Amino acid sequence: MSVDLQTVKRVAHLARIAVSEEDAERMTGELNAILGFVEQLNEVDVSGVEPMTSVTPMEMKKRQDVVTDGDKAADIVANAPATEENFFLVPKVVE
Amino acid sequence: MSDLTHLTISEARAKLRGKEISAAEITEAYLSAIERANPVLNAYIAVTADRARAMAKTSDAKLGKGEGGALEGIPLGIKDLFATEGVHTQACSHVLDGFKPHYESTVTSNLWADGAVMLGKLNMDEFAMGSSNETSYYGPVINPWRRSRLDTVVMPTTHQGDGGFVSAGGTKTERTLDNAQLVPGGSSGGSASAVAAFLCAGATATDTGGSIRQPAAFTGTVGIKPTYGRCSRWGVVAFASSLDQAGPIARDVRDAAILLKSMASSDPKDTTSVDRPVPDYEAVIGKPIKGMMVGIPKEYRVDGMPEDIEALWQQGIAWLKDAGAEIVDISLPHTKYALPAYYIVAPAEASSNLARYDGVRYGLRVPGKDIVDMYEKTRAAGFGREVKRRIMIGTYVLSAGYYDAYYLQAQKVRTLIRRDFENVFAAGVDVILTPATPSAAFGVADEDMNSDPVKMYLNDIFTVTVNMAGLPGISVPAGLDGKGLPLGLQLIGRPFDEETLFQTAHVIEQAAGKFQPEKWW
Repeated sequence: MSVDLQTVKRVAHLARIAVSEEDAERMTGELNAILGFVEQLNEVDVSGVEPMTSVTPMEMKKRQDVVTDGDKAADIVANAPATEENFFLVPKVVE
Repeated sequence: MSDLTHLTISEARAKLRGKEISAAEITEAYLSAIERANPVLNAYIAVTADRARAMAKTSDAKLGKGEGGALEGIPLGIKDLFATEGVHTQACSHVLDGFKPHYESTVTSNLWADGAVMLGKLNMDEFAMGSSNETSYYGPVINPWRRSRLDTVVMPTTHQGDGGFVSAGGTKTERTLDNAQLVPGGSSGGSASAVAAFLCAGATATDTGGSIRQPAAFTGTVGIKPTYGRCSRWGVVAFASSLDQAGPIARDVRDAAILLKSMASSDPKDTTSVDRPVPDYEAVIGKPIKGMMVGIPKEYRVDGMPEDIEALWQQGIAWLKDAGAEIVDISLPHTKYALPAYYIVAPAEASSNLARYDGVRYGLRVPGKDIVDMYEKTRAAGFGREVKRRIMIGTYVLSAGYYDAYYLQAQKVRTLIRRDFENVFAAGVDVILTPATPSAAFGVADEDMNSDPVKMYLNDIFTVTVNMAGLPGISVPAGLDGKGLPLGLQLIGRPFDEETLFQTAHVIEQAAGKFQPEKWW
């Protein structure tokens, strides 16, 4: 499978990365080189093989459903580019 | 003072406990070494001198009372991927500009609890994506090793005085260093370069496809990627969550064992952290390997591999055989599919993990006409080329209609890769010996590597299988190539059997000796 310029632009939008025409053209070539490289996986017979879901067989740990942390709103917003009263500020999304 | 930087961790530990040296002295020695070397090597992107001095002072007080921890007063460098409270933590990316976390990663917390001293944050490939440390927003790291050539020099015939001593001339060989700058490997290039150039006693690093072992091999240092789940991932910036593991880079096998003992733990904050006690890895060093079964996988003999590396591998086999190990030929038939499967799984996980960098909660924000425009502009400006490439691949393989063909297929192949290893371990193999990398360190801005991303990816061909199967792997320096550059051998072990790796790597180290670069910086 290979991608064309339109697909690259669509994927860039899905990934929320602005691309110029020039970027998209360069990326088309690069992505096709990588997709060409991974193509060889199709020759592997995987019939009856389960996909790996956990690299080490282990049961998922669960913890008690209790509050263990909190009261640190100021810490959480401390690194944000724009905040007001411990809220993250973003451009207006609802008119 | 400068010789203090040449002490291994175990040597420094003994001298600190014996009060022959102080933590303040050794810390100052490293800080001045960094000041001199860093403008050239670019291994550190932030030096925390004040904090280092304060930590050293606390260590000296503890050592004075005989209350020092396992790493009391030992100065370490920390890869920029680890969250360090109030200190530069950006995964060497522009998108995390100015980020200073209000929390500490579990791995670094463990090190500070044992008394280690933080010298600063180390350079790395952006978000740990790269094999040469050239994708960092802070510029490439330079390898302290340089190529050299052996020249035969003709000695002139000299007369000393009338009828006096006559020197017969003849020839001698001289090693001349080449000026070309080499990469230290990646993504933990800053860690490897700093350890090799004596700018820290040891360093933390992380390995998703070879990012500890490849730079260790390129710099003549020891690097171990432990079993998935051995070190907590809490507070480590996520790249590919099912593959990422933290581990140390150190100057010798014993130091790597000492560091891993402190870094590893069971952590309730990481659900994939394993609940088993951390063994005393140092205790196995020096134990004989007589009777151990060492597997040699035929699939690791790849086309175009330099003769030096094949010779090194044979030498490694001979050393282990001499030490009483039993050598057996094994087959890991799905080896060649590990790298292509990795380049689906890792970018897929990365595209999801890196979705959080949106200009809202931390780091860079580039204003836009609406929120989507802001996201797109922020991410376009904040991520470098390689990171964008991988996010794009990951987004594509996970997008509607392609998931089964790519991601599901890759995860099935991954099951087969792990099964290959399970089969040979079940047949009695204790440890597997392979080369660590398909070449020695290459040049900065290498045209071949930079024009074709797949060529760069091939650096990880011998290391990536280990991440795909979640196994432990260690890279240990084993010799120099014809140009005087270090080469490493890799040992792969059973899950949670890091002890066998340290034990066997030490046998190789004893036979090969240690390697350090000639100082030019």
